[in-house]
Amino acid sequence: MESMLGKTHGLIHRGLKEIRGSLLMVDNVENVGYDEMVTVRAPDGTERMGRVLEVGRGKAVIQIFGGEMGLQVDSAINYTGSAFKIPLSNEFLGRIFNGVFQPIDDGPPIISSEMEDINGSPINPKARTYPNNFIQTGVSAIDGMLSLVRGQKLPIFSESGLPHNRLIAQIARQATVLGEKEEFAIVFSAMGLRHDEAEYFINEFRNSGALERSIIILNLADDPAIERLFTPRIALTAAEYVAFKLGMHVLVILSDMTNYAEVLRELSAAREEVPSRKGYPGYLYSDLASIYERAGVIKGMSGSLTQMPILTMPGGDIQHPIPDLSGYITEGQVFLDRDLYMRGVYPPINVLPSLSRLMRKGIGKGKTRDDHGDVADQLYGAYARGRQARDLSRIVGEVGLSEDEKLYLKFADNFETRFINQKEYENRTIEDSLGIAWKLLSILPEKGLTRIHEEYLEKFYSRTEVPTQTE
Amino acid sequence: MYTLYCLKELIKIVKSRTGKIRWISGSVVVGSGIKDIEMGEIVEVGKDRLIGEAIRVGSEEFTAQLYENATGVKPGEEIIGSGKRLVAELGVGLINNIIDGVGRPLDKIMEQTGAFITRGAKVNTLSREKKWHFKPAMNKNDVVGPGDVIGAVQEMPLLTHKIMVPPRIRGKLTQIKEGEYTVEDAVATIESDGQKVDLKLMQEWSIRIPRPFAPGGRLSLDDPLVTGQRVIDTFFPLPRGGTASIPGGFGTGKTVMLHQLAKWCAAQVIVYVGCGERGNEMCEVLSDFPELIDPRTKRPLMERTILIANTSNMPVAAREASIYLGVTIAEYYRDQGYDVALMADSTSRWAEALREISGRLEEMPAEGGYPAYLPDRVAEFYERAGRTKSLGKPEREGSVSIIGAVSPPGGDFNEPVTIHTLRFTGVFWALDRDLAYSRHFPAIHWLKSYSLYVDRLLGSRATSHSQYADKITNYWEEALHEDFGKLRGRALKILSESAEIESIARIMGESALPDDQRLILLESELIKEAFLRQFAFHEVDAFCEMDRQVALLHTLLNFYDKTSNLVDNGVPAERIKSLPQISKLERAKEDKSGIKGLQTLSEEIDVEIGKLKEEYGIA
Repeated sequence: MESMLGKTHGLIHRGLKEIRGSLLMVDNVENVGYDEMVTVRAPDGTERMGRVLEVGRGKAVIQIFGGEMGLQVDSAINYTGSAFKIPLSNEFLGRIFNGVFQPIDDGPPIISSEMEDINGSPINPKARTYPNNFIQTGVSAIDGMLSLVRGQKLPIFSESGLPHNRLIAQIARQATVLGEKEEFAIVFSAMGLRHDEAEYFINEFRNSGALERSIIILNLADDPAIERLFTPRIALTAAEYVAFKLGMHVLVILSDMTNYAEVLRELSAAREEVPSRKGYPGYLYSDLASIYERAGVIKGMSGSLTQMPILTMPGGDIQHPIPDLSGYITEGQVFLDRDLYMRGVYPPINVLPSLSRLMRKGIGKGKTRDDHGDVADQLYGAYARGRQARDLSRIVGEVGLSEDEKLYLKFADNFETRFINQKEYENRTIEDSLGIAWKLLSILPEKGLTRIHEEYLEKFYSRTEVPTQTE
Repeated sequence: MYTLYCLKELIKIVKSRTGKIRWISGSVVVGSGIKDIEMGEIVEVGKDRLIGEAIRVGSEEFTAQLYENATGVKPGEEIIGSGKRLVAELGVGLINNIIDGVGRPLDKIMEQTGAFITRGAKVNTLSREKKWHFKPAMNKNDVVGPGDVIGAVQEMPLLTHKIMVPPRIRGKLTQIKEGEYTVEDAVATIESDGQKVDLKLMQEWSIRIPRPFAPGGRLSLDDPLVTGQRVIDTFFPLPRGGTASIPGGFGTGKTVMLHQLAKWCAAQVIVYVGCGERGNEMCEVLSDFPELIDPRTKRPLMERTILIANTSNMPVAAREASIYLGVTIAEYYRDQGYDVALMADSTSRWAEALREISGRLEEMPAEGGYPAYLPDRVAEFYERAGRTKSLGKPEREGSVSIIGAVSPPGGDFNEPVTIHTLRFTGVFWALDRDLAYSRHFPAIHWLKSYSLYVDRLLGSRATSHSQYADKITNYWEEALHEDFGKLRGRALKILSESAEIESIARIMGESALPDDQRLILLESELIKEAFLRQFAFHEVDAFCEMDRQVALLHTLLNFYDKTSNLVDNGVPAERIKSLPQISKLERAKEDKSGIKGLQTLSEEIDVEIGKLKEEYGIA
């Protein structure tokens, strides 16, 4: 704990008047700043961290981490004189930490004179470079239709029971920038994950050799919930250092943001704040933004920070405040669909509600292939029509469909089983993915492909190659 | 109090006063010890001199809202009342600039604090070093009043910045001279009642107070603001000085739509407020606009644009201020006689900022946790739009059009911010999630949207289009002289009929429909694909001129008239569906040859129809 808060102990103080859940009400407070970190020592000698939420008129409200059991009103409070900071050093690559950045892998503590406030500072929009470097994830649905670029924040909207962990591990394993050998450094921040899930990720990273260039920060389901407020910020502060000081390309995985938001609600309720939707505080949007907006590419700096947060939509509801507000901040979303998963499609990405806002400038001539944008656009249009035809065929039966609708239905089926569907260890290049896409588009008559420029139709479209099998 | 404020600003008689911080939580600070603090006065807090604004004043204590994060600020530290309100610096050098929500240029902040914005940066909006060439339009000893144009500065190659006498100042010019000046130099001096006031290339104005215009100077809204977006100009047009709202869930294309409007709408000055949105989006505007060329003036779009960026991770209170700062700047250019368009993305974030501040003040919440005064604030903001006659000489008219994006939670329009915005705006462009999912952009839903100005605007537009007549052939002349409003009405009718037919087709299947209904489906599909759908990033389609919009719609409806005649006479709809000209019609909007290409296509269609007529023996 000392490594985190610095050795300079400040004021020691007794004056704890009331313990209300994780909030402490303290009297006779002087010379203490807002947002300052404290340590609270219980009579039995155990220490826990806390943070000043409110101060003034001789009083302070302190929020503590690590549980309030065993605290008494005469517990000693040590004010450290500064906000939560972590030491920065390249030694934290390859290490595993708990949710408040204490090593839990038997390695030495991180010591550095360079300490950084975990809240970070907003990137000046003027200093940003617009993200436009395509990342090949080897997953057709993402590369072809929801292209990820360096510096983007692209969350996975999932539900309990869907294979988001496998998908994110696959992306972490396969992600490369075309034409560059360099691999991504990975910062993995677990918030409220189960032990087996965390173990799965660590093993995945270890087996693929990614562990040496990873920083793993774990706040598991049975760790103090309130620490989760710090976990993603610690991860991002470390990631910013790796990206913008060490100049590496970093992929930050935040899992699961739903657990994070729930703790925020818990704290807000304890502070008796006016709730907004579903009991979440009115500042949930700003708070999530202070995490998501820390992705980006900065002019004159060689690294980049890409975020892939995972959030499980409670009840699969995309209109729930957490996915809803996230969607307003992030640059798109990858939407996992239970219906597809039940039909055996992996990864079960429903491309229609999914989106990558930064795709347009990351693909095309000189980045992926000239026809990429048109093809993606046409796939969307055709798949949407195919799904409509499928809905219709459930009512009138396939015989009631017009010839066109039958073709679109066939297209949609093939699209799901051949384009979206792939194996967990199958790494498709963007050429592969586009090749499959053209084969599928050949199911449709040429005059229906109005979203594709004629020059590409001439080059890639061949009706003769009508595929018949539906694997 | 208002006059007092002006005096303070101009003569600077009020000194700053110092008090003490009593209490802090979040970005709300309670202070004491400044008896005469005013509501809205700017305060500086703590040793870092963080900026805030007084939002509640009591006899002992006052509450201030900080524009920066309060981490580390301690009770007992100083709080300074500056004697000023939150003002916008209005003057030469605003255009082609990007500033934050309280008016600090982002490049100057970058010079001070690097790539990350840390606290306490103090920068003026306008450069104090840069010199501008001022050309007087008045002479010594002229008597001038509020709003009079005393001279001009060429701010951008095609934008003349008029230097006006600030409101409420009147007197005789005792000196005025051509030359090179910074914004702080006196370019002229006015004497009145023995007091001297220097006029500069800059004036200040409190952002929460609308700038005045000529008494009774509100003009009617009957002149369209052409945007080059077909669904807007043809179906739901916006007048100069009008207000529009674009509500839509995430991913429905609000931001792209606003970018499109900022790029192509026929205003002379654009104020784009990124309020609580993404940093990368502002970065996109910054990198795109200097390279895009205005189709009307052939100059880079950035030369008419002012950006205000307060991204979602920048302090909440500054988000609240950014909207007012934007509209104040817009009014200032309006007063010079320009048509200004303000885009606010997104007003929901602004409303949320109000909610957050209100919550910290422990005010009683109304619906959705928003303060009960939310509708007042929304109304006040949108009412700052309008087409007006400016104060002073020479006579001039300007307008501020406001286009506000709304981000309703869950895409559900039945929520306080959307509801109140709809009450106070005249045009409603409803973004639809299903359209967005099938990548039909702009996803403005043709049956849910409306414009209250349609009748007024389309009437005037139809006549104004005769000016294009000399450029085009007789055929089109005839088309353009037809009442454009009628064309629009027919297209809308087909679209709404097809929606009904579709709901039947969803149960029975399309093949069970009679042929005339199938033709309506085909035609509505054509209107959607060939007209409503518009590619924001296509070199030709991004901007569609008015005459081309009319011609396109005319061609589409003409096609319907002729084919429906065929169907009535027994030609199966399936035959018409398989005409090769249909996909050509769908691509006509991207065709570089423009109206000429459309004409050729029309002739081609006539030939095909003639063949079908022959085949089925129709006279």
